[in-house]
Parts: sequence; structure tokens; C-alpha cells
Amino acid sequence: MAIDPSRIRRYEHGSRVPGWDEPADLTKAPALVPDPATTPVPAELRGEIEAYMARYPDFRSAAIPALHAAQRRHGWCSPTAIEQVACVMNLTPGYLTAVATFYDMFETQPKGRHDVYVCTNISCSLRGADALYDAMLSAAGDDPDFHVKSFECLGACDIAPMASVDGEYVGPLTEADCAQIVEDVKAGRPVLEAKQIRRRPAAGSRTED
Amino acid sequence: MQLFYDGIDQPGLNTLAVYRDERGGYEMLSRALEMDPADVLSQLQASGLRGRGGAGFAMGTKASFLPAGNMDKYVVCNADESEPGTFKDRELMQKNPHLLIEGICIAAHAVSANKAYIFIRGEYDYVATIVEEALEEAKAADLIGALELWVHRGAGAYICGEETALLDALEGKRGNPRLKPPFPAVQGLYQGPTLINNVETLMNAPIILRMGGEEFAKIGTERSTGTKVVSVSGCVERPGNYEIELGVPSRHLIYDLAGGPLDGKRIKCWFPGGSSAPVLPGTDEMLDLPYDFDSLAKAGSMLGSGAIIVADEDVPIVQLALKTAKFYRHESCGKCTPCREGTNWTVTMLERIDSGEATPMDLDIMASVCDQIMGNCLCVLGDAMAMPIASMIKHFREEFEAHIEAARERNDLGLSIPQVNRDDHAGPGDLLQADGAGPTPAVV
Repeated sequence: MAIDPSRIRRYEHGSRVPGWDEPADLTKAPALVPDPATTPVPAELRGEIEAYMARYPDFRSAAIPALHAAQRRHGWCSPTAIEQVACVMNLTPGYLTAVATFYDMFETQPKGRHDVYVCTNISCSLRGADALYDAMLSAAGDDPDFHVKSFECLGACDIAPMASVDGEYVGPLTEADCAQIVEDVKAGRPVLEAKQIRRRPAAGSRTED
Repeated sequence: MQLFYDGIDQPGLNTLAVYRDERGGYEMLSRALEMDPADVLSQLQASGLRGRGGAGFAMGTKASFLPAGNMDKYVVCNADESEPGTFKDRELMQKNPHLLIEGICIAAHAVSANKAYIFIRGEYDYVATIVEEALEEAKAADLIGALELWVHRGAGAYICGEETALLDALEGKRGNPRLKPPFPAVQGLYQGPTLINNVETLMNAPIILRMGGEEFAKIGTERSTGTKVVSVSGCVERPGNYEIELGVPSRHLIYDLAGGPLDGKRIKCWFPGGSSAPVLPGTDEMLDLPYDFDSLAKAGSMLGSGAIIVADEDVPIVQLALKTAKFYRHESCGKCTPCREGTNWTVTMLERIDSGEATPMDLDIMASVCDQIMGNCLCVLGDAMAMPIASMIKHFREEFEAHIEAARERNDLGLSIPQVNRDDHAGPGDLLQADGAGPTPAVV
């Protein structure tokens, strides 16, 4: 039986290193720590990052909080965002890119402003998360403001199937809720207030018998 | 007995006004600060409390490994709860953040640490905000003394729940596990002695001091002391966190507390301790197992993080295995070859099984892949995939084989490919056979 090479797809699953298959420019020297004189950093962002750096004995510990701050400001971990963080933290952009590409919450490609993470892990998929994810994708359509992503366990299996909308956990969701989520986000309202996890009483608080 | 869930929904429990003034919180911290650190430590040791994060290592013993002496020591609270099916820490931190802060301060006093960090997963953004607000409040009321305590948000990586990967992430690097030993108690964060404990473990500290270590040890069974918050999810009527004394029958948790499977269906299998634990079939014998560390270990599974995921009879086992394996493939950090490649190939083979291109011999190969991952990596992420997958093949081999046949017929792939005689195949032996059955005769 002949082997069809197109069927041997390695790293198709998305290695933790997006762009691993992009050719590297070998003639280009690696970027050094950006020069503060030529790298303007918004004062607010600089202040935030410096406050994080002061919390740790080793300033490098602030890399993740700093990238969060930069992503909030720029929408994604763009080369500019990474350069600004690198400038404040006195690190190379390469170091920060390596960190940013490791973690699922940092995006090194442009993305919509509003994150909708749909949990499609075991517990949620037992309750129909895969259909919910498809429904969420079609509800958001090609609206560039939305960044719908299927996520590994978000730690809210009690409200399965669920989603995290800009950090707010909502569930249990039906496919009909997806349109409401899109509407609420667009209107700037709190998302699906009745289904927010912070309003939910603990299941185990009732007496044992 | 409920130590955590008694009145957990009281409005304002996340504020000092209720936690300290109404419920007497932070009393134990001030009592601990008057005690000698060694006395606090001996109370923790006497309690027999075992870690609630997954490994189940005795907390007091772990704390006693930290060297004495005047140096920078750290306490790190592992709030990177990412194990599929686990959501106890989220609820505990959201509802009662001050208990965690008090617990960390007590643990820090016991090991004479001067800096502490709460590493909380980035997805728990709103929980992190609640803990931060509580921390601000505690700092403003001068409750935590000289301890430097900060909330640190991660950015979404399951591997950061592994203690050494968490330390790397906290140091601002990619979250790759480190070689052990040296263990974090000797050389951890910034190369200093570090105590890392799960949220629920640390929350037990004030309770242990209040009750006294020996009194606490009377709850639960002899080797699994205390209560445990168990997250029950999947195909059950009332998914949620339930606090139990360790040692109650598992059936009580699944049926009485969580309401049993939906529509009165049968349980096909259940993960007793998060998706990393080997699955157990839904037989009466298994459901009657006492829910504690040792009984589950004896039955070939583990308590892990204390998360039961129930799959009912309608769930195709191949889909469950595929979902599990895909998760670990995505989360493998890529540092060790057996895990990086093994998780990838396991998924590929499961996909072949799903589409009917596999032969039953592939099940043996898959089990051998699992065999070669186990114990050959820096951390247990690979093992955490290998164990449930191997247990699914062990308990449900017939269903896997039937699935292959059905898919083969559906996709019109013709007859089964003749197999190699399994007796000649140098696969791992016992792992492959269904319970009690001898080797399946080779198909010719």
C-alpha cells in the first residue's frame, strides 16, 4: 500500500509555536533590546509594567502580566506591543515572543477585541459543547470584533456547556444563547446576567442529606 | 461535616466585614503568629493533611523539607486549576478568598517564608480580581504583616499546574517543567526554598489550627484525613462541588449528591480524579469504592484533584478517548520527546480507529505508546494521558474493536486486514487484555 505523504501531517494540531513552519530570515540579525530613545511607550503602559516589575525579586517575572497589559492596550501581542514591553523590561523581543507564543491567551496574530472562549473539553463536550461552539461561530459570523476560540477546560464544568465572554463565565448555555451573547457584547451590557457564574449559589452548600 | 461549604453563600463573605468580624476569620493567623513556627508546622504534620492538588503528598511533611535558616523562602499557592473536570478552587476562591489568604500567611509563618505568590490561571480573570480585592483589604487592615503577598495571573497553559512548570512561568519564562530533584522545597522559585500547595490545601491550614491537628486527623479515614471538595460533572443531574468526608462511598457522591446520570441512564465509566485518572467502569463494585486516596489507588485509579467526570452509556468510548488525548496533545509543552510525540501519535491512531482505518492490533500499539511514555518524561503530563487511555482500552477493548468494525463497514473499507498473531507481537502484556480475559486468539 503506497503511503500518501499528504496524510502524514505533523504539528497540524497547532504546536505551541505558531508560525513554526514559516521560513526564518537567516540574514537578519536577531533584534536587540529596543532603544528607549527610539521606542515610544505610552506612559500608562510603562507605569503598569514597572509596577509589576517591582513586585518580584527578579524583574523578568513580570513578563506575563506585562504581556497581558500590552495585549489589553494593543488588542493583540503585535510586534509593536512586544517591542514596547521589551523596551520597558530591558529584554529582547525574541524572549518575549517565545513567552507569548507558549500561552494560549496571548495572540501573536491580529484578533477581535472581544474574546469568546467556548470550553470544548471533556465535561462540556459531554453536555453538547461542540454544537455550542459551532453555534457561537455562526452567531459571531465574520464580525471582526469577535474572537471566538474553542478552549480547553476553563474550570467551570458545573455550568457545562459554558463560555468565557471577555473573562465573564456564563452557562449553562443553549445554542439560542449565542445570539444573545453577541447582542449583549455589542451593546456593552453585562453578558447574560442570569447565567453568570458569580451569581450562582454553590451546589454543595445545601446540607448533605 | 462541612468545613468549607458551611454558609459559603453568605453574602459578603469575600469582605473583611463578614469574614473577620462576623465569622472570626484571621483569628487563627494572629494565634499562629504568636506561636513558634515549629509548633505550627507540627500541627500541620499531626493533621495528616494530604495535598489536594493531585499528587496527594502530605502537606506537613512537604513543608518540613524546607531548610531552616535565615534566607529568602517562598510560598506559592497553586491556583492554576486546569485539570479537566476540576472547579473546586474557582468556587472556593470566588466565595471565600480571605480563607486562602489566611492559610497562605499561616503556611508562610510555619516555614518562615517572607514572600508569597498566588499563581492563578489567566482564564480565572474575575476570580483573580476578587482575590486581589480581598488582598488589598487585608493589606489595608494590616493583617498579613511583613509577608509580601501578590496575585500573579498566568496566561493559559495546563502544564503550569505542574509545580516546576509553574515556577518557570512565575519567573517569566515558558512554562516548561524542570528536572527533579532538586525538589522545589530545596531549590524552587528563584532557586530558593519554596513551598507549593494547592488552594484547597492551604485553605485547610486555618481550620487545622482552629481544631488542632490531632482533632482534624479524626475526620475521614486514617490515611486520608479531613474533608474534600469534590467536583462532580459530566452526565449528572446536578453537577457541582460537594464537600464530603474522605471515605464515603463514591456512589453517594454520584447518585445522592449529584443526582445520578441524566434520565436514569446507566454509568458507562467515570474518572474518579480528573481526566488524568484511569477510568473506572460503572459497575456496582466500583461505585461502592470508598472515595479516598488509598481505596481508589488500590482499584487501579487515583483520587487526583478530586474531580469525578461521569460518562453515561450513550457516550461512545472512542470519542471520550479522542477528546482526552486531544487535550493532552494540545497541552504538551514539547520539552520531552515521549510526551510530545506520544500524545500526537495516540490522537492520530484514535482518529484512525474512529474512521475504521485501524486494525485491532493498533490498540496494542497504542497501549505500547502509552507504556513508553509512562515514567520517561520530566513531568507526568504524558502519563496523565497514557493512564486514562490505557484504562479505557483495558476496560472497553470490545467496544473499540466493534467501533473499528462498524466504521469500516460504514466507510466501505472492505474486510478486516489480517492481523499479526498477537502472541508473537512484543507488546506490553497485561495492559491490553480486558478484565480477566486471556489473550484474544489471533485472527487469520
